[in-house]
Amino acid sequence: MARSTSKDAQALFNSLRSAYSATPTSFKIIDLYVGFAVFTALIQVVYMAIVGSFPFNSFLSGVLSCVGTAVLAVCLRIQVNKENKEFKDLPPERAFADFVLCNLVLHLVIMNFLG
Amino acid sequence: MADPENAKEATTLRYAFGNVLSFFILLLIGVLAFWIRLFSVIKYESVIHEFDPYFNYRVTQFLTKNGIYDFWNWFDDRTWYPLGRVIGGTVYPGLTLTAGTIWWILNSLNIPLSVETVCVFTAPIFSAFASWATYLLTKEVKGAGAGLTAAALLAMVPSYISRSVAGSYDNEAVAIFALIFTFYLYIKTLNTGSLFYATLNALAYFYMVCSWGGYTFIINLIPMHVLLCIVTGRYSSRLYIAYAPLVVLGTLLAALVPVVGFNAVMTSEHFASFLVFIIIHVVAFVYYIKGILSPKMFKVAVTLVVSVGLVVCCAVMAILIALVASSPTKGWSGRSLSLLDPTYASKYIPIIASVSEHQPPTWPSYFMDINVLAFLVPAGIIACFLPLSDASSFVVLYIVTSVYFSGVMVRLMLVLAPAACVMSGIALSESFSVFTRSIKFQLHGLSGSSQVDSGDASSSTVVAQNDAGKAEKTEDTAKERPSKKSKKKEKGIVDKPSLKAKIERRLLVLPFEASIFAILLLVLLGAFYVVHCVWAAAEAYSAPSIVLTSYSHDGGLHVFDDFREAYAWLSHNTEVDDKVASWWDYGYQTTAMANRTVIVDNNTWNNTHIATVGTAMSSPEKAAWEIFNSLDVKYVLVVFGGLVGYPSDDINKFLWMVRIGGGVFPHIKEPDYLRDGQYRIDSQATPTMLNCLMYKLSYYRFVETDGRGFDRVRQTEIGKKNFKLTHFEEVFTTHHWMVRIYKLKPPRNRIRGKTKKPRSKTSSTTRTKRSAATKRNPWH
Repeated sequence: MARSTSKDAQALFNSLRSAYSATPTSFKIIDLYVGFAVFTALIQVVYMAIVGSFPFNSFLSGVLSCVGTAVLAVCLRIQVNKENKEFKDLPPERAFADFVLCNLVLHLVIMNFLG
Repeated sequence: MADPENAKEATTLRYAFGNVLSFFILLLIGVLAFWIRLFSVIKYESVIHEFDPYFNYRVTQFLTKNGIYDFWNWFDDRTWYPLGRVIGGTVYPGLTLTAGTIWWILNSLNIPLSVETVCVFTAPIFSAFASWATYLLTKEVKGAGAGLTAAALLAMVPSYISRSVAGSYDNEAVAIFALIFTFYLYIKTLNTGSLFYATLNALAYFYMVCSWGGYTFIINLIPMHVLLCIVTGRYSSRLYIAYAPLVVLGTLLAALVPVVGFNAVMTSEHFASFLVFIIIHVVAFVYYIKGILSPKMFKVAVTLVVSVGLVVCCAVMAILIALVASSPTKGWSGRSLSLLDPTYASKYIPIIASVSEHQPPTWPSYFMDINVLAFLVPAGIIACFLPLSDASSFVVLYIVTSVYFSGVMVRLMLVLAPAACVMSGIALSESFSVFTRSIKFQLHGLSGSSQVDSGDASSSTVVAQNDAGKAEKTEDTAKERPSKKSKKKEKGIVDKPSLKAKIERRLLVLPFEASIFAILLLVLLGAFYVVHCVWAAAEAYSAPSIVLTSYSHDGGLHVFDDFREAYAWLSHNTEVDDKVASWWDYGYQTTAMANRTVIVDNNTWNNTHIATVGTAMSSPEKAAWEIFNSLDVKYVLVVFGGLVGYPSDDINKFLWMVRIGGGVFPHIKEPDYLRDGQYRIDSQATPTMLNCLMYKLSYYRFVETDGRGFDRVRQTEIGKKNFKLTHFEEVFTTHHWMVRIYKLKPPRNRIRGKTKKPRSKTSSTTRTKRSAATKRNPWH
């Protein structure tokens, strides 16, 4: 049972890797950005667990800015992906402009809340 | 088929005409919404109503006089003496900032409107905006025709009028507009998938958080809808774009408002949004993996993940549950708990239970407040299912939850009103389109049932060219049941969606006369609605409650302006620093109009302080004097309606004083005041009742009015008629005896009879220590 599960896991892992390497490079860059943002958020949480949460608004704004940019980047990736039927009329420049606008609003709020 | 060029021109001309017509209709709807709320200004005067608006008015005055920085940092020491209140951190700033901005803009344009005028007229202006927002929302759900109908219904619905007449300067005036606008932007984002509208949605949500505590409704309804979409298999990437940025940006923006602060991430009211945030990410990830893997490998992935993930999930859930369960209220605030469990407030928090707006509504109030819409709503719900889209499922969820909450608290009928208008607008519009379609069809002289080829655009254009005002294109074929049609209240129309797979479509229409008659009946229905709304606005909801009127038997109008008379007396005849004690209802009005420091006011944030005042009102004169003296009170104000028959006076509110006081100070026991389970003030009243301060201050010298002391509200003669006050002296009674003001007598220098320890303030410290040890301490 365990061996079949580990063999299945390996087969799964390989197929995942082969499927993912087929995605275009631009999407991989976005994915890397998302991963970086989530990783930064995790580091902040670990730091708060060690040091304490005193200026709680700073912690909150830091973590939420990371999560926010990750979410917005995922939205950008969804909108730019040609395989999504709902977004085939959307020019990628418009998607990127929306992404920049939303990030601006997010960071304005963050800077206000950072204390 | 007609010449395609001409047909296209005709349709564009028709669309242009339709757009211009809808624009003018919307303008008229806005004007209607504004004007119908002006009855109180015409019948009485341009004055601020009720109690809470006076506080908002005072805050706006402070804002316009001192600017925004002082407003954010304002600590108000003229209320809740000696505690004070941090205004900057406990008020929802949306309303005052909006009115302040409007005043500032008008004044910088050299239009010298006073702050009071701006405050009085803010609500009607924003109700016009709210009806336009309803048009936009319903247009996204069903189409422009439904949008116009819903906007017209909302402009007049009595439930919304009751909280937004000219003069009702309260949070809901702006908050309902923000609510509808936020929902519109959410639906727009859901329909288009554009991140731009998602940003606007978050900003509109921010405005809603600034305006009203009811924003928790939005942040729980939208996650519920997202969950519903996921569970019913309607997950799409537009849903992700509509929801995920809203949660992150919305939480941040909500935390920016001082009154919410960290509650945005710590209280249970927000946990639903975080939970669904996690769920939607899991679902999105699953769909992504499904997209890039082959089905066999996907099955393997599922089994692997389920076995491992389940363990991790259980551990996380256990931690979360332990955290939430450790707090006694499970993290919910008292007000939210009383919404979920209607009996909670009456058991644990008598303050919340005592507010009349927090009682459950009676059945007639539904008909009074939303009238005809009450039975158009089910038709609208059915129309939303044909066809079911994300937007229409949202509106159905909205109406179901708001009906539940309106059943808990009559104040929340206000949240039901926009949902009812949207549903009724959809129902009315759909039925109108069915009837006009049959009329047009019959007029063209085609046969009753014809076989139409599938995908034939001409037949759908023939049936879809309705009145110019409706720019929607309906491609459904309607299968009506002619037998049931003539009843106006019969909403048995069933629209079946067009089955694209079928080759043949049978186009059945109603008979011509039946359609005309039905349209006439619908118009009559609308007429009844309009008549009721105008009557409700004029007679029922326009009373400012600070000025009362009644008609004498010869038809003349008699005005009772006692409240303002009393506050004016206070502001002219007392020192600026004098403290006035009264029941908490009148706190806001006293600080705003009389400009004196009060002990408790309508904010009711400190139960013990209110209980102290309640205990004082329920105690005998000497004990009450002690309590008031310890709070530095100089004047006591009571409201008495016995001479003129004003039913909302302090004797009728006395049971709450006893209950709230008794909840904190156990020596006040409610049975001491009851005779046979009732509060009585006649000769059968208990001696505790006849000796308490409220009785004495209300009925002092009352026999002098008619010789018998007949109380018009309680409809009986009072029990104790001739008595003197020992520790208070009467300083002012208004014209109709409605407000009575008493002053605390200073303590005597000498006491006749047995030598008791004198209790003057200037005694030596040893004397005060000894007297403090021996005098009866009302706090034990």
